[in-house]
Amino acid sequence: MVRATWGVRFRTPVRIAYDARVMRGTKGDGSFVAVKILVAGGFGAGKTTLVGAVSEIRPLRTEERLSEAGRPVDDTHGVEGKTTTTVAMDFGRIDIREGLAVYLFGTPGQDRFWFVWDELAQGALGAVVLADTRRLEDCFPSVDYFERRGIPFVVAVNCFEGAQHYPADQVRDALDLGAHVPVVLCDARERDSVKEVLVHVVELALTERESVYS
Amino acid sequence: MPGEQDGFDGADGFEEEPDDALADHDAEEAELGQLVRPYTLTRGRTRHAVSEAFDLVTQISPAPRESGGADEEAQDPEHEAILELVRVRTLSVAELAADLDLPLGVVRILLGDLFEAELIEVTRPVPAAELPHVDILREVIRGLRAL
Repeated sequence: MVRATWGVRFRTPVRIAYDARVMRGTKGDGSFVAVKILVAGGFGAGKTTLVGAVSEIRPLRTEERLSEAGRPVDDTHGVEGKTTTTVAMDFGRIDIREGLAVYLFGTPGQDRFWFVWDELAQGALGAVVLADTRRLEDCFPSVDYFERRGIPFVVAVNCFEGAQHYPADQVRDALDLGAHVPVVLCDARERDSVKEVLVHVVELALTERESVYS
Repeated sequence: MPGEQDGFDGADGFEEEPDDALADHDAEEAELGQLVRPYTLTRGRTRHAVSEAFDLVTQISPAPRESGGADEEAQDPEHEAILELVRVRTLSVAELAADLDLPLGVVRILLGDLFEAELIEVTRPVPAAELPHVDILREVIRGLRAL
């Protein structure tokens, strides 16, 4: 009965609203390149808006047993009564060309979901830390995380309507950022603005790459 | 601000009302989703022998076979749903989880089943972070600007 419900559900047409370009991952030889960029920042800083401005946004969820997070789970013994929590993330995909795509992952905003961050951060090219000047301290944990992991990041100050605009340098000082961390102003609702922020992230990664390999 | 109430940012109090955070889902769909606990679909399994291989951006495509009909009919509806999606185009693990509205852990287990049944091909993409080629990054910059 219950299985039938799922069957019916999945037999209804699944909404597939990609752009027309069909991209095929080349099998086995690793020629598919995935550029993973994380979008972090405090609650309400505009992460969802930013991802949605440049890609079709999709909600993604993962369920974790909080008490077991990070520990291998190899059987179902004692599952009853464990706290399961759902962690929601947003992600979007931008196809650059066949075999090359940018994936944006909005990170969970709560500190206790760091274990999800670790998975997201694996192989990440760089990150955007979205800052809301009304609650600048909300992005401290993200800044710390990326600094510790050595993941290149750009601080993007989301200029909300009605929020006071601060010069980038003032934000840099307030967050105690090194001179190497770009601070840019953006409007997370504007596609062009978000594109520029992402370009900054890739350029930063490129600069670091060039300094290592030259 | 428009958009802010949707999706993740509006849903940090998420534990009590899981479906609140899933934007653009109609009530009927949400109701259906609650009929089955997610891990019922995996017959209680929370880990699969090969599910560790499925990174978020790992690409899934159908195994190249013309007449796999008999095997595929034996699959559960969720397995079939995955196969239907990847027949349209190669998809990442993250995209499959979002399209099927299933938690990542569940999708990984279902993919493990399909992999063992040799019904899918799994391609781990090269993370750009590990590539020394600056040309790829320049291409990404050009591509983003051209969006």
